[in-house]
Order: sequence, then structure tokens, then C-alpha cells
Amino acid sequence: MAKSISVFTKSEGVSSITQSALVRRIVFYVLLVLLWQVIAIMGIWPDYLFPGPIAVFNALVNGFLTGNFLQASLLSLQRLAIGYGISLVIGVTLGLFLGRSRLLEQTLGSLVLGLQALPSVCWLPLAILWLGLTDQAIIFVVVMGALFSITLGVDAGVKNTPPIYLKAARNLGAHGIALSAQVILPAALPAILNGLKQGWSFAWRSLMAGELLFFTISLGNLLNTGRDLNDASQIVAVMLLIIAIGVAIDSLIFSPIERRVRERWGLGTS
Amino acid sequence: MFQMLTIGGAKRHERIARMNQLAPGGIPLKIEGVSKIFPGRTGVVEALRPVDVEVQAGEFVCLLGPSGCGKSTLLSIIAGLESATEGVVLADERIVRSPGTDRVLLFQEAALFPWLDVQHNVEFGLRQAGIPGKERTATAQRFIELVHLKGFERSYVHQLSGGMRQRVAIARALAIDPAILLMDEPFGALDALTRDRLHTELESIWASTRKTVLFVTHNVREAVALGDRVLVFSPRPGRIVREFRIDLPRPRSLENHLLVDQAAEIMSVLQDAMSTQEQEEANGKIN
Repeated sequence: MAKSISVFTKSEGVSSITQSALVRRIVFYVLLVLLWQVIAIMGIWPDYLFPGPIAVFNALVNGFLTGNFLQASLLSLQRLAIGYGISLVIGVTLGLFLGRSRLLEQTLGSLVLGLQALPSVCWLPLAILWLGLTDQAIIFVVVMGALFSITLGVDAGVKNTPPIYLKAARNLGAHGIALSAQVILPAALPAILNGLKQGWSFAWRSLMAGELLFFTISLGNLLNTGRDLNDASQIVAVMLLIIAIGVAIDSLIFSPIERRVRERWGLGTS
Repeated sequence: MFQMLTIGGAKRHERIARMNQLAPGGIPLKIEGVSKIFPGRTGVVEALRPVDVEVQAGEFVCLLGPSGCGKSTLLSIIAGLESATEGVVLADERIVRSPGTDRVLLFQEAALFPWLDVQHNVEFGLRQAGIPGKERTATAQRFIELVHLKGFERSYVHQLSGGMRQRVAIARALAIDPAILLMDEPFGALDALTRDRLHTELESIWASTRKTVLFVTHNVREAVALGDRVLVFSPRPGRIVREFRIDLPRPRSLENHLLVDQAAEIMSVLQDAMSTQEQEEANGKIN
């Protein structure tokens, strides 16, 4: 029979930007930095309020040389990883149950929806009362940030699982945990990934907000010390660092996974 | 002998292991007074009038009828994926209450799992039965070869054509060695050339395995080309209006004039059934 079918080469270079787009982007940022420098030189605001790009660059280099930035990043990332990991385990389990049980959906599901509407940093005062100014308090806030997005993502994914996969799987002898793990979860994966992505960005935001109040050297805390020291260049440098970490996590972890899943599931690239 | 085999994993395992030496044939199927009524928006919908069918072990029976005549519902009931409103299905004298690997349903959309490659799709049912990895691979390999897809083990579903997907679905179903294949318009979405080729392949697989096959279609020539018997269904609510025994020699050719004649005869019965139905519906509206 004909074996001339199938398209194995898909989306090579579709996700990576074209060269001309890259050039435009670089030019844009160069102009932006130039504009920034010009405004700084004009001296409308004092240096300690509006630092120029050179001062910020120096603060950035300095921060890394003293080891502060690295230490802070590692601590923040560690909290993020722990908090996100906990949310992942609880959220996926909870989402699976919500998606499979109408009773839970109508009761617990509405609660999850409500809590999702609460910005997770609102949990911070309570967390500090309960747990003190500890890592646990921050991690608690991170969990509250990510958990509900993940739960709702899994829930939606499970509910939208094409029934034909379930039929086929049951027909082939799958049931119970095997059905959940081998069919429902993978079938729901594209939707789940959306929840995971949203969960991560909420977790990252709540972490930064929470850390503002804390004294151990972390990214959010560095922002605050910058304010205490009247050192706007440090603040801006840390902000750039936070952006860089966020973009890195997005493009090194989530985008590749998402691309692979979309490709394999035959959803095309978007 | 088959009635106990779908119960325990060990027994199922045993059976699949035995199949590796010798493919057992199909089992008889008895459908007794099976009907189906759905709750609809405007009251109840009668999908299936009580249907009685007896299918012999190893027989190839085609259920022919227009869309929405309840024949797919009947297959789902036989598969154990839906319950009948009334009546029972007996697979080898045992009442069907839930899905079982002695009866496998094939869908019009091949319903392959897009997150698994061809090899793992075919292995899926074997994995559920607890067959160890090595044996699973070997068995899957055999069935992939049987449906002429050697070389595509690592391909994913979206990389396959419609015909290839149905082949994988057939391999996946056969791998767990069901005694009954329930096919719900499996080739309905394929082009005519591919469909013809799959008819030939299905016929030869059936000839060598002697499985019991129930094949739903709305294509008269397909029914005549494949079936030992063709049961003609009326439009909704579905019921069997006529039964034809097809005694043409196999393998059959769609060009064979005897086959064409037979198809024409069945077609006229089908058209009759449909116009009677329209008449009844018109009368019903007056009431």
C-alpha cells in the first residue's frame, strides 16, 4: 500500500520569529533605552528617583557581584517551586474530582470559583497571623495563587474530554485510576496546560507581593530595601530581573511543553 | 467457555496468551426485545422499537438503515456502553451489563488516542489487561503488520490518513482478541477507493479469525459486499423491516452483477420503509 503519506515536518521555525521581526524588535529596544537615557540626562527628576539606564545597569552588575541578586533569585524560585508543586498536586487531584462528580462540582466547585476571584495576596495578613513572618506564610500565599487556576483548568479539561475517548477506553477495558491517568488526564492536557500557565503567573505575582513584607533576601524584599535606601536604580534593576525570570520560565518551560502538546495532539500551532 | 473469561485479569490474560497461538472464532449473540427510549426536550424519543436478532458465532451481519434509525444505539447497547430500556443482550448466553473486552466497538471517527503513537494505541487494551510489556509489544506488532501499517509504529494520529486511522483502530480492537466486533460505520468517512480496500482487508481478517461481526452502515452496496446477512432498519423509531441472506461467494467484488442486483432489491425495500415512515409521520401529525 501507499506509504507516501504523513507530514512529519511540521512547524519548523513557525514559533521562532523571523529575522526581520527580530531586527525590528532590537531597534525598538535600543530606541527605548536611548529615550530613557535622554530623559534621565535632562534631569527633570533627581537621580535617586529616576535613574538612567547606566545607573540601573551598574546596580544590576553590582547586585550580581555581591551575590545578593543570585541569592534572592534562588530563594524566590525555591518558594515558587515549593508552592507551585503543592498547588499542582492538590489542584490536579481536586480538578479531577470536580470534573468527574456533579455533586462536588455544584458544591465545592462554586467555592473554588469564588476563591479564584480573590487576589491571593489578600491571604497574606491571615497567613502571617497563622504562621508568622515565615517561609510557610509566603508559600501559603503562593499556593492560594496557583491552586484555583490549576483546579479550574483541570476541571474544564476533564469536562471537555471528548466522550468518544472515554467510550473507546472503557470498551478496551480501562476503568478506575487507569482510566483517569491514561485517558482523561492526557485527553484534557491541552486545557490543563492553560490552567497550569495561569496558575504559574498568579503564583509568581503573589510571591512578589508577599515578599515585599519579608526580611530575608528575596526578590520582592530587594525591591523594598531599594525603597528604604532611596535607591531607585536597585529597584529598577530588580524589576528587570523579575521580568527576565518570568519570561525565562514562560519561554523555557511552558512554551516548549505547550508547543509539543499542540503538535502531538494535532491542534496546530497558534 | 468465554463467559468467564472477561471477569478476572488473569483469565483475560490467559485468553489473550492463548490467542497468540490460535485465534478463536466468534461467539453467538442474541438480542431479545431490546428497545431504547430517550428522554428528549419535547417528551420521550423512541429510538429503537423492540428488536430481536440472533447472530451465529462467526457470522457477519450488516445492519442497514438511514441515519438516526437507532442502529448505532443498538451497537452501543451490545457493547455495554448504553443500557437498553427494555430487553436483554446475550453474548454467548451471558447477559451483557457493562463493557467487556469480548465485544469491541469501532467508531466512525477512529477514536484513537492522539497522545499515543500507533504502537501504544494498539497496546492500550493489552495494557489494561495487564499483559507484560514485551508480550504487549510483540502482539501489537503482529496486528500492526496485519493491517499493513508496519513502519508507522512511531507515528501519531494526526500524521495518519483517515484510512490508516481506521486500520489502527481495527488493530487496536483485534489486539485484545474480542469475540465480537461491533463496527459503527467505520468506513463512512473514507473515500470510495480506501473504503473498497478496507472492505477487502476486513473480509480477509474476518475469514481468518472467524469473529462475529456486526457492521452498521447506511451504504447498501457495502452491506451486500460484506454481510452474510443484511438486516434492513426503518427510520426512527428503528425496527427491522426485512432480512436478507447474502449467499454470494467470497471474496466479493462490488462489480459483480449479482451483487449489484441484490443491492438494488435491498435499496427498494429501504426506500419503501422510508416512505412508509414519512406517511406515518404525516398521519401522526394529524392526530
